[in-house]
Amino acid sequence: MTTADVLVTPRFLGTRRRSRSWSLLTRASVPVALLVVWQAASATGLLDPQVLASPGSVVGALRELAESGQLADFLAASATRAAIGVSLGVVAGLVLGVLAGASALGEELIDPSMQMYRAVPFLALVPLLLSWFGVGETFKIVLIAVSAVAPMYAYTYLGVRGVDRKVVEAARGFGLRGFRLVWEVILPCARPNLLMALRICLSVSLTGLIAAEQIGTTEGIGYLVSLSQQYFRSDYMVLCILLYALLGVLIDTAIRFLEHVALPWRSGVAAR
Amino acid sequence: MTVTLATATGGSTTSPAPAVRIRGLRKVYDGKAVLDGIDLDVAPGQLVALLGPSGTGKTTLLRLLAGFERPDAGELGVPLARTTVYQEPRLVPAHRVLRNVMLGQRGTAANRAAALASLAEVGLADKARSWPATLSGGEAQRVALARALVREPRLLLLDEPFAALDALTRLKMHDLVERLRRRHDPAIVMVTHDVDEALRLADRVVMLRDGHVSVDLLVDLPHPRAITDPHLLAHRRRLLAELGVDTPEATP
Repeated sequence: MTTADVLVTPRFLGTRRRSRSWSLLTRASVPVALLVVWQAASATGLLDPQVLASPGSVVGALRELAESGQLADFLAASATRAAIGVSLGVVAGLVLGVLAGASALGEELIDPSMQMYRAVPFLALVPLLLSWFGVGETFKIVLIAVSAVAPMYAYTYLGVRGVDRKVVEAARGFGLRGFRLVWEVILPCARPNLLMALRICLSVSLTGLIAAEQIGTTEGIGYLVSLSQQYFRSDYMVLCILLYALLGVLIDTAIRFLEHVALPWRSGVAAR
Repeated sequence: MTVTLATATGGSTTSPAPAVRIRGLRKVYDGKAVLDGIDLDVAPGQLVALLGPSGTGKTTLLRLLAGFERPDAGELGVPLARTTVYQEPRLVPAHRVLRNVMLGQRGTAANRAAALASLAEVGLADKARSWPATLSGGEAQRVALARALVREPRLLLLDEPFAALDALTRLKMHDLVERLRRRHDPAIVMVTHDVDEALRLADRVVMLRDGHVSVDLLVDLPHPRAITDPHLLAHRRRLLAELGVDTPEATP
């Protein structure tokens, strides 16, 4: 009997389904391992507290801040700033992006200027904005808004351009035009892309928040960063980084929730 | 080369006012006249199949009738109420089926009722709340048909509406179209590559070549038609020969 005649069970070539709990455990493993290494290095004295504070002292700093009530105040101050600035920037970017994406005239009028604006790092605008608005709250909100406009515009524009032209043509055939075409067909079709735009825009404006809060502030996480730098407290430095990371995670969770609510046809398909 | 297998060209004026009137229609792309002086009348309630290979201007003619293109010369007369079904369903993925049928209409109770009735006609009353992405190809195309018919068009334009469906679904769609025609009776211009589809459904088959009407064939057979009808088979062989496909003589 030659090997050509031998029958074998086909070897499984697909991918195995991963269990949910196992996947969760894998996700957590690397951050936890880093934490363990950090704690071990601090406890054995291998890590100089001047270089990096121990996890314990960071927790201590957090407790100190929470007990004095400053943590809540600072978080609220930062979140308010971010919310107002981002809202302004998102609305401006959205409107400009839809106008440029949906109409040829809008594209000709808006896109060249926005592409130039997009090429300028928003941090380069800090001196100008400072001279216009001073170091007060207005400056901070404007800087965050300015940082949010460009990415929101760029991805909204792409998202609107990416809407299936054939569906739009069909809608025109049924008499839709102008604002109603945008509202009833183009925006709903572009919604997945608009949410991606929002996601990218929010992560960029977090940088705007940090930059804004480094200058002339008396509350907010950015203020805490400058304080820790002044007094050379590495426990507070690490705490601030963690707080910003937390803010990022919160934003991400919010967007995920929004995606779930705003894209029901996706979950409908996935459930099948 | 113009072969007129039966006379039904532009000049036929025995019927009342036509549903479509085309005179000297010309459309040029990149210096090449895709349509070079087309004359064609479509009678109310008539189903005209535009048959022929790709690139002969069938879809261009349909897009001109729909208003998606401008003619370079000639006259076009079409009814105000006209709708199109395309090869793809072209549903808005972010709207449920019912809202897709009502696209561009006000959300009045009367419109909702009409849309639901239209969905019931195509056998999809239970899918009104579904998302387009959950439909099969045939179901989505039936929604597209319902969306076109709910507006009570006097002219229905079909651009290869069944080309992307599987063979069995396509046959069922043919039955559906025949049923819907009996109820709504719009004039229909249907682009197709499929000779059998054209002969099954159409009152008249028009072929384009080099920008002109090369064949204008009246298919004066009762509906529903048996595929084995000898008249139909004779038409089929002639049309296929015109398209450059030789078929063996039937051996009884």
